[in-house]
Formats: sequence, structure tokens, C-alpha cells
Amino acid sequence: MSKNLYDLLGLLVAVSFILALKGLSSPKSARRGNLIGATGAGLATILVFTDPAVAKIHNLALILIAIAIGVLAGVPAARKIKMTSMPQLVALFNGVGGGAAALVAIVEYLNLGSEASVAEIVATVFTVVVGCTSFSGSVITFLKLQELMTTRPVVFPGGRFVIAATLAGALATAGWTIASGGNTPLLVMAVLSLLFGVLFVLPVGGADVPIVISLLNAFTGLTVAASGYVLQSTLLIVAGTLVGASGTILTRLMAEAMGRSLFGTLFGAFTAKPQAVSGVAEDRPVKSGSPEDVAILLNYAQRVVIVPGFGLAVAQAQHTIREMADLLAARGIDVAYGIHPVAGRMPGHMNVLLAEANVPYEQLVEMDEINPTFPQTDVVLVVGANDVVNPAAKTTPGAPIYGMPILEVGSAGNVIFLKRSMRPGFAGIENELLYDPKTTLLFGDAKESLTKVVSALKNL
Amino acid sequence: MSSLAILTIFVLSVFVGFEVVSKVSTTLHTPLMSGANAIHGIILVGAIMVAMKSDSTLGTVLSIIAVFLATINMVGGFVVTDRMLEMFKGKKGGSK
Repeated sequence: MSKNLYDLLGLLVAVSFILALKGLSSPKSARRGNLIGATGAGLATILVFTDPAVAKIHNLALILIAIAIGVLAGVPAARKIKMTSMPQLVALFNGVGGGAAALVAIVEYLNLGSEASVAEIVATVFTVVVGCTSFSGSVITFLKLQELMTTRPVVFPGGRFVIAATLAGALATAGWTIASGGNTPLLVMAVLSLLFGVLFVLPVGGADVPIVISLLNAFTGLTVAASGYVLQSTLLIVAGTLVGASGTILTRLMAEAMGRSLFGTLFGAFTAKPQAVSGVAEDRPVKSGSPEDVAILLNYAQRVVIVPGFGLAVAQAQHTIREMADLLAARGIDVAYGIHPVAGRMPGHMNVLLAEANVPYEQLVEMDEINPTFPQTDVVLVVGANDVVNPAAKTTPGAPIYGMPILEVGSAGNVIFLKRSMRPGFAGIENELLYDPKTTLLFGDAKESLTKVVSALKNL
Repeated sequence: MSSLAILTIFVLSVFVGFEVVSKVSTTLHTPLMSGANAIHGIILVGAIMVAMKSDSTLGTVLSIIAVFLATINMVGGFVVTDRMLEMFKGKKGGSK
């Protein structure tokens, strides 16, 4: 293939990525946008084998086998994953991408040897440092979201000094690599960067994990751009920079939606202190009710707002909740869903889940619109949510979620919590609302509890 | 390619990246992040490029691992994004 044609097709792929991102920004065109991006990526993958700059293709069989195994590993994982586990899968995909970028840079560094220009070494060093950080950081977010490790911020004495020292060490070895070349400094740098990724994410509290995933995603984009510079590939530069730039904006938008300062989230690592947990909370009485009690409360309400959370997703109770909502609506009760922007594990998680159960779109009300209506609401049914309705976000400075806008369900007539246990939410903080006299708790798996409420409703 | 040309491409890409996602509803934050995640799977192209050039054992091993990881990132990323968006199927419109 001629160089011109090759470059022209590369431009086509770059344009397909811009259209993909543009499409993904609007609900109507989102799916098409994703398909355009996938087509472009597929074209680029085929195209690279015809690269006119490559005189002789080495390792062709191995490359094809590696791609085949990658497809066999990636596609079933993406297909079979439960909706609840999607965020951690995205984190993992992001991590392997960062790891791949770091490896590419390392191999190119080995290939270039002493011929590498300073600019190329700087780009390589950048790719390795950020790629390794993204890789190990993503693995930690995966472990947190999968609840294979604690979701609370992990803070240890002197932690911030260790983090700062690790970062300083990574940067110093980066300087060493640039100054002297050679493989040892690069290796030390890679190891320190991996360590930094771990330490960087450990102190991040559960609620902030989505922001960190988004940030690491932007990081990986930039590493791809930098490796594109080393490889002299315009396509990689454009695609990587697009992801880096849009990922940065997206991270900021997410942080805004959660009412978090980006700075606070990122540098929480440096300022985090062990949380003072209010010790009195544990022993106080709570009011728990039966499914029949809940059914009666709902049946005699004028207006019911359902607040879904991660518990709904875990229990796969989206169809049952819709059945209940339909039953109530059929009895003339005004039903709406109050959707917190970050309910679940990621922004938009609940919209996706409820859309799966064909909940009418008009019933899904965003936080800013539903908050003023709570005083006129008789019953709020909180299904497996906790942090997004926790008044500590307003009343307790220093709480990990302090400052996050919440659904102000406390101003409604009655609040019903469907919970598995008294365990605090993802952010690991006590919820005062559970002890409020107008709160009723129904313990158990969300789906089982809702099924019982539905049959109790039918008997009324 | 001259450094200035590369810088031009880089800077323009930054602005395009900022521009295309500046107005997006919270509903789409997750799929958009996932889609962007799949796009940086394009590192697969870079991995294949270095793998095709590698004639040392170490270089081959590392670049083949990179091809494997990048494939997961790209293919898995697009599939999982499509699955998220599938849920919006049949829903007309969206949030404002």
C-alpha cells in the first residue's frame, strides 16, 4: 500500500474516533457512535499490517494468536458481566490498556537503544511512568469495586510521606533514565511507578472511585499519545490525545455531579486522616417493619418516590420494583423514581438498570428536579441506597461524602429503607436517617423484600 | 514528521477532545467513559507495530503481551460499551 493511501486511511480512523466520542455524548446517537468507533478501530488493526514503513513482518503468527486469545478473553468477559460489575470491568480494561502502552514504550526503547533522541526518551519515560501508574491504580480500583478489598480509604501513618517519596523516586529515576539511558533505570522507574499507582488509589474512598477510574482513563489516553510520538504514528497521537482531553473534561464533569472538588479527590491521598466514626450510633434503636407494614404505608400514600441504589442492582430487583410501581400507579398513586447522579457505582448506573426493566423514562426524575418535591411526598422508598440520601453529606464536615449533593428524602412524610443489614454504605459512614422516628426499615435482599411487598399489596 | 507538525496535531486534538464531550448528561457519563476507554485500545496498533519490528526474544515476548492486553482493552471495551447502550434501546430521547 502506498504511504499516502495508508496515511489517508489513518485519517479516516481518527475521524471515526471523533465521531464516536461525539455520538456517545447524546443518548440518541450513542450506540451508533460506539459502532463507528469500533469499526474505525477494527480498520486500523487490519491496516497496520500493511504499514509501508515495515519492510519485513516479524512474529506474524504470534501476533495473530495473541489477538485471538485477547478476543477470547475480552469478549466473553464483556458479554457475560453482570450490570452491577460493569464499572470494575471498565477499570480493568483501562488498566490493561495502560499496561500495554507501557510495554510498547519499553520495547521501542529497547529497539532504539542508543539511537533514541532525547525527545523520544522523554516520551518513552512519560509513557512508562503514567502507563504503569494507570495499570496498578486500575487494578486497585478493580479490587475495591469487586469488594475483594476494603472499600474504605486505606490510610496508614505517614502514608502521605511514603506516597510523596515514591512519586519523587519515580520522577528521579525518570531523570536518571533520560540522562544516562540504559535498562536498569527504566526498570527501577517502572517498579516505582507501579507502586505509586497502588499508593495513589489506596486512600481514595469508595464513593470517589468512579472519578479515579475516569482520571486513569484520561491518563492512559495520554500515554497512548506519547507512545504514538515515539512510534511516529499520527493516529495514536490523535486518538490518545482525544481520550486524554475528553477524559479530563469527563472527570471534571463527574466530580461536579458528585459535588466533589477534583483537587480534593486526587490529593485526598496527601491530606486524608483516619475518620472519626461517631461511636454512639451503633446501639440506638431502629424501627423495623414487616412487608405488610410497608405495603400499607405505600397503599395509602398519594405520592411515592422510589430511590434506587446499588442494592437494587445487586439483587437484580429492577423488574420487581417496576411491578410494584405499576401496581401503585394503577391505584392512582403518583409514582416517581428519584435518581441521584451517582447512585450505584457509577454515574448513570440506575438509569441503565431501570431502562432494562422498561421503566417509563418520564418517571425517572433527576436530583435537582425531585428534591423540591419531597415535602409533598408521603412515602420515600429507598431501595439499597445509602450514601446518596445520607444527611451527613450536609451536616458532618469531615465525613468522606461531605459536600456531595444528596436526595433530601428526610423532608418526606415517611421513609422506608430496604436494606440487607445495618452495614453502612459504600463510603463507610453511618446514616443518621436510619434512626429517624419516621423511618421504617425492612431488612433483607431487595428482590425478596419487594416480592413480599408486592404480594402484600395485592392482598390489600 | 517535524516536531512542530506533531505539536500542531496534539494541540488541535486537545481542543477537539474538549469540545466533543463538553455537553453530556450524567446519564451518559459511564458509557462515554467506557467508549473513550475502548478508543485508547488503539494502542493495539502500536503494539502490533513494535511486535512486527521485534527480532529479539525479550522484545518479542513483551510486545506480544502488549498485543494481548491491548486487544482485551479494545475489543472488550467496545463490546461492554455496546452492552451498556443496549439498555437504552427503544427509549426515545434522553435527558436534556
